[in-house]
Amino acid sequence: MVVSCEEVWREISNYLEDDMDPGLRSAMEEHFRSCQHCTAVLEGTRNLIRLYGDDRMFELPSGFSRRMERWLTRNVVVSRGTWPGWLIAAVAAVLVASSLTLARSWTPNRPLKSEHAQSGHGIPPDMVVVVTEGTKLFHVPGCEVIHNKDKQRTLTAKEAMREGYVPCLRCMRKYLNVAGARRAEANAENDDATEGEIRAALR
Amino acid sequence: MTREQQLIASVQQGKRELFYELVRPYERRVYAAAFAILRNEADAEDVCQEAMLKVLKVAHIQQFRAEARFSTWLIQITVNEALMRRRRDRTVVMEGLAERPDEEGNYTPRDFADWREIPSEALERKEVRQRLAEALATLDRKYREVFVMRDMEHWNIQETAEALGISTASVKTRLLRARLMLRDLLAAGWERGWFSRLPFEKGSKPW
Repeated sequence: MVVSCEEVWREISNYLEDDMDPGLRSAMEEHFRSCQHCTAVLEGTRNLIRLYGDDRMFELPSGFSRRMERWLTRNVVVSRGTWPGWLIAAVAAVLVASSLTLARSWTPNRPLKSEHAQSGHGIPPDMVVVVTEGTKLFHVPGCEVIHNKDKQRTLTAKEAMREGYVPCLRCMRKYLNVAGARRAEANAENDDATEGEIRAALR
Repeated sequence: MTREQQLIASVQQGKRELFYELVRPYERRVYAAAFAILRNEADAEDVCQEAMLKVLKVAHIQQFRAEARFSTWLIQITVNEALMRRRRDRTVVMEGLAERPDEEGNYTPRDFADWREIPSEALERKEVRQRLAEALATLDRKYREVFVMRDMEHWNIQETAEALGISTASVKTRLLRARLMLRDLLAAGWERGWFSRLPFEKGSKPW
């Protein structure tokens, strides 16, 4: 059996999967011995499968593991309802609250992205949010008013606020003062809510 | 009994605090599967968290049977969650409209550069990983998903077909096209010097 280059390209994936009848496989092997182009395609394809199949290709966003562990601790371990679980949660909450208070009292403030930037009351500190370059707001992933989506970065709400970002008044609405949020919502898309509106919403 | 089997048994008996230890080795693969479907870091991370929670809260873990492979099962749940998110997400509808239908006819390779093996150590370099990831990101969703599940997650053809709700013939067709397109994309990258600082022999090409 003789196979053409076109047939080889059509079957090359099955060849690598070893998913073909022995006759065709022998014919392809014979073809590779005499065709430099098809050998280049075969080896290049085999090479990329090996590289992409390497575990090192899976790169996690910065802080992913930490956020996942916290998420599971908060939602799975604590929600069990056992005495030790509640106790650990209560102690952890007190410790976190104390350390935050302590940190606020001596940590120098970073430059704010906006003069309107303040802590967002009611926003879970470990909540996963996104920010983008050149804007002042942080958003729930998938928020409709995210600008520069190709330059977005994932972090926690606490980290975003620490970096001076302000909550988006549209997607973070449920955590904010709703009346204030409604007034400022129209401006949220342009990232230019007034100081009074932002403060009212955060109050 | 392996450590993983011990952890599964413990979690099934109620020691949920061990769950993260159980899933931690698969974090990267779970994330990659979600990202391949959603193409957005934040959404993929969100889906991973929801999927892990679902595994426990909906008592999926109680249904897990030892004869199955835990990693495949975990990723399958994440893939389902990501597919549901994609259907729900309006932005994905936009992508769906823009997506081209299955290509008809055979794919003809464009580049026949001499090939030389790239050592796996090259993946230690962020630049190389980034170039490979960028090439993958340029594929249409249907090709990217199949490639990630088969060649990165190492699912078999049948598992990939079932996860995506398509036939095994479609998986094979898309996989062939994904591999050949990626090869051409990376060969073109080689011409632009992507791997120029890698320790290849002078005058040789990796693709």
